[in-house]
Amino acid sequence: MAFATKMKIKAGGDGHEVLCLVKHPMETGLRKDSKTGELIPAHFIEMMTFQLNGTTVAEAILGQGVSKDPLIGISIKGGKAGDKVTVQWKDNTGETGSAESAIT
Amino acid sequence: MNRRLFISGMALCAGGVGLLKSVVVMAMEWPKALFALDNETAVVKSLFGDAPISESSDIAIKAPLQAENGAVVPIKITTTLADAESISLVVEKNPSPFVTSVNLQPGAGGMYSARIKMGATSKVTAYVKAGGAVHMASQEIKVTVGGCGG
Repeated sequence: MAFATKMKIKAGGDGHEVLCLVKHPMETGLRKDSKTGELIPAHFIEMMTFQLNGTTVAEAILGQGVSKDPLIGISIKGGKAGDKVTVQWKDNTGETGSAESAIT
Repeated sequence: MNRRLFISGMALCAGGVGLLKSVVVMAMEWPKALFALDNETAVVKSLFGDAPISESSDIAIKAPLQAENGAVVPIKITTTLADAESISLVVEKNPSPFVTSVNLQPGAGGMYSARIKMGATSKVTAYVKAGGAVHMASQEIKVTVGGCGG
């Protein structure tokens, strides 16, 4: 099952702000299924890495405390039109996802 | 150099290498033990050791004063501190107070935002490591409906 990953870049501060949205359940492992009463297994994103032109600029550590469909934002200094920003994530079941976008 | 001195020297070296290695691994692997801690004091100790922590007006937390839904509380942390290395977000009253953090490399600005879950009304603290020192700022967020489990 793949999870949609989207990225948005906008000018702000002294550079650009990068926002990443992943459609991911971020299950804590503490919630119970309302019908069966069984615990829903934990399923959440653990790491998210942001790269600018192939160089890592920020590495976020996430956990069960981050909301469903996480929206994570970081900023990069400077950045010019055409610079490539990529985001990659990995969850606790080993699933991964990524998105790529260029500064306009 | 006698044999005993040589061996203890070797052990020290090995210990030093081990320490260095664990820091590198930390940046790559998910810190499970950190999320397992159940109080803020232990989290801070695990993150920063015994480093002194000072309150700073150079860290701004943008968050609602009152959150109607604890399952989604938007938080944005910005800092004007130079050379910020990491930003960590800790919610005192959550079952697992360490919520999220970001390691910043050169090229990254001093900003981190996320939407987090809050179990109850709690103090939310942002810890920023910059230039080898630890700075913090906190804000109380009221939660009407909790968002942890249920």
